[in-house]
Amino acid sequence: MPSRESDIATPRLVIDVAGLQSLIDSLRGDGYRVVGPTVRDGAIVLAEMSDVAELPRGWADDQRPGGYRLTRREDGAFFGHSVSAATWKHHLFPPEVVSWQARVDTEGIHVEAPAAPARYALLGLRACDLAAIAVQDRVLMQTAHPDRDYAARRERALLIAVNCAAPSGSCFCTSMGTGPRATAGHDLALTELVGDGEGPARSAQVPAGAERNDAGAGHRFLVEVGSERGAAAISALRASPPSASDLDAAAAVWSSAAARVDRSLDTAGLPGLLMRNLEHPRWDLVAERCLSCANCTLVCPTCFCVDLREAGGLDPRHAEQHRVWASCFSVDHSQLHGGSMRWSARARYRQWMTHKLATWHEQFGTSGCVGCGRCITWCPAGIDITEEAAAIRATDGLTGPPTRARG
Amino acid sequence: MQSTRRPKLAVWKFGSCDGCQLSLLNCEDELLTLAGAVEIAYFLEASTAVTEGPYDLSLVEGSVTTPHDAERIQEVRATSRHLVAIGACATAGGIQALRNLADVGEMTRTVYAHPDYISTLESSTPIAAHVPVDFELRGCPVSRHQLLEVVSAFLAGRKPLVPAYSVCQECKRRGNVCVTVAHGTPCLGPVTQAGCGAICPSFHRGCYGCFGPTETPNTAALSDVLRSCGMSGPELVRIFRTYNTGAPAFAAASAAAEKRGGPR
Amino acid sequence: MAPVAYRVTSRTRETEDTVTIGIVPVTESIPTPAAGQFCMLYAPRVGEVPISVSGVEASQSRLLHTIRAVGAVTKALCALDVGDVVGVRGPYGTAWGVEAAAGGDLLLVAGGIGLAPLRPVVHEVLRRRRRFRRVTLLVGARSPDEMVFRGEIASWQASARMEVRTTVDYATAAWKGDVGVVTTLIERLTIDPEVTVAMVCGPEVMMRFAAAGVMAQGVAPQRVLASLERTMQCGIRRCGHCQLGGLFICSEGPVLPWSRVAPLLARREL
Repeated sequence: MPSRESDIATPRLVIDVAGLQSLIDSLRGDGYRVVGPTVRDGAIVLAEMSDVAELPRGWADDQRPGGYRLTRREDGAFFGHSVSAATWKHHLFPPEVVSWQARVDTEGIHVEAPAAPARYALLGLRACDLAAIAVQDRVLMQTAHPDRDYAARRERALLIAVNCAAPSGSCFCTSMGTGPRATAGHDLALTELVGDGEGPARSAQVPAGAERNDAGAGHRFLVEVGSERGAAAISALRASPPSASDLDAAAAVWSSAAARVDRSLDTAGLPGLLMRNLEHPRWDLVAERCLSCANCTLVCPTCFCVDLREAGGLDPRHAEQHRVWASCFSVDHSQLHGGSMRWSARARYRQWMTHKLATWHEQFGTSGCVGCGRCITWCPAGIDITEEAAAIRATDGLTGPPTRARG
Repeated sequence: MQSTRRPKLAVWKFGSCDGCQLSLLNCEDELLTLAGAVEIAYFLEASTAVTEGPYDLSLVEGSVTTPHDAERIQEVRATSRHLVAIGACATAGGIQALRNLADVGEMTRTVYAHPDYISTLESSTPIAAHVPVDFELRGCPVSRHQLLEVVSAFLAGRKPLVPAYSVCQECKRRGNVCVTVAHGTPCLGPVTQAGCGAICPSFHRGCYGCFGPTETPNTAALSDVLRSCGMSGPELVRIFRTYNTGAPAFAAASAAAEKRGGPR
Repeated sequence: MAPVAYRVTSRTRETEDTVTIGIVPVTESIPTPAAGQFCMLYAPRVGEVPISVSGVEASQSRLLHTIRAVGAVTKALCALDVGDVVGVRGPYGTAWGVEAAAGGDLLLVAGGIGLAPLRPVVHEVLRRRRRFRRVTLLVGARSPDEMVFRGEIASWQASARMEVRTTVDYATAAWKGDVGVVTTLIERLTIDPEVTVAMVCGPEVMMRFAAAGVMAQGVAPQRVLASLERTMQCGIRRCGHCQLGGLFICSEGPVLPWSRVAPLLARREL
């Protein structure tokens, strides 16, 4: 865990709730569309916002395989929940964008310059979300043919992370080395300190010894600056330097969050483990439960598969291509000459999991998984990628028919 | 369009509510462009003016439920170069296929004062059970966007781009919160073909399966999920017996649920 | 990532469902493709497909593509007339690496339209014939009518600068060549395995048997190159559709050594 001393080089300050509102106001004044978490339809979703009152104050979440429920907190924390239902991909890598459009005639294909995408300030990213963005940066930008739309959105975006205080039951960032504390990729990183200046109870995340450090302090945020753009964003804010007790309280949040991550994925030799067990009977077992519904891929913050669709409409002079989220769980994802290379649900689940945890390393030099747990939570059948990996590891090399009958 | 005459389009009604034909009329803006590209030769819901066949493209709505219709569909096929079945009735037999599980003779005697005047078949069957069909467009009603895509595809001489993946893909792209995972609401989305844009979950209701089974529906696994949402045995049987009750995957799922029984 | 406009300047019907179009840039041109590479061809308002380059006339920036009409886009491309506009992106993918085989023997095995991506190899070899020792081309097709580039094959045979053997599955009365699958021709060859590079292209099952036949004669799997085919939409390692194991066939392929490909093809539904 990084020590306080090693963080001394990071510019830090403390703002209160009014300061957070000022930050939002000033970003909007600068032309950013601020997107942050809010409660809607029984979940924490991401939406454009203008007021701290829209944040999920006093809300937490209970996430587990195939289940998500909002719960209440006593301490009025704004960010006392864990990962949002949908990912920030909706803003950086949206479900459907125009990849190019052109006028077509006998003289040629006249490509029209694309409209510049909006400038987003993303408020409330978790460390795993930041790690996922870094993964998507590699896939979509650090290549001979960068995705122009993604690069434009990415370049214009301001990333404000919030350090997790309350990881959920689905989270396993600690196993993936991606959290719960944001250490890279953010312009700003906030750690919420509820203190005892507001409301009847302090944050349940602050362990006993640290209470004394937080005594008498109000609801505030430690802000760590991660970039020049971040520094510029807060330069005009009224803020104070962090006190020793602020730093202690923040450190307590970070360490207790890490301790609370319950789920784990053993990543030792994982790519080799999966690729030498391609005929393991576990794939047959999971295929019995898998709905091939594609939910896991569509809530995954690193999945990048897309369809490129012709969408020119009825005007014969207009050509347009759309980039649309696709999934390896679709049968036609691997369709060739009228037949699919991966017809069975078994093959498609295996493709997803081995790509995410194994072949991604070969392709991009990192794991494809950041341990956010969304695929576990939002799978209607409650299939858990960490459980599947553990089952294969426990019976490495097993062949033959599945031993457990469907009950 | 290089050829000198516009292709002739015909729209036929069998055992149906007319909702799918209405989708074509609901195309509004695109209807004019469509009328420029095809000659709407036979479309009784739109106009009594009729041009004789043969027709290049016939859209057939409705299922076959009477002896008269069983003959008539043969005539429609014979006079159509391409035949596309549109809607749950035409592709799966419709909700009226519930009669396939019951005694329609007994129903007739219960309902009608003079049942001998009624001439109806024991079962409601899709168009493909009677004649070769060139394409099946699902939906109850069909999506007008997909309907236009089918007509455009026919004009371009290509297969229509109508995805067979699940409603969940449309739901997630829309940014919806999953009604099953977050609310415990039973939903057929994971085994239902996309096309409607995930309307019902967007209004916090579970999917009813209007577009029929998806490409590889795992109804056994979904039935487990529905049971864990608190669905009773009879409810599970019923949820698969609606608009696409006759679709083989849904019929099998409800039969399996019926056989298994379970809490009332 | 938008396509660049090219214009069709020639159109040759090869078989009942296969057409070769010759295209030249309208204004902007793409880099000269190497033998084995492909381009994403765009039929305006219909869509894009990956098509191997089947010939290059670099002096005119003219590209030849041989297309089989199997779907909406390929049908539209086959229906293009001289003068029509077509979109091009590329060239993409790995090349056969003809130069790397210089000094040794070259064995080309083509099945059906698989001859199209190999034709630029023949052109390159014939341009610099003395850089290679023995050059053998085996061509198989279902029937004589389904053999592409028949006239050109005959001219290669007549030139006596390379050995050419042809075979069909179903012969007609007029057919003078062999009958049987192309892999049977491999058994009858005398191969010097240490100096031979084999390049095979055709349906996947044909490539498996061809590779096996060539390796049975002692050629190391690293020296057997195959051109794989998978669904491609972007051609640039971003849409995810063409993956085979960890390989993106559009970028790490389509040309790959059999040593790398065999373990992946051995897995069902990978």
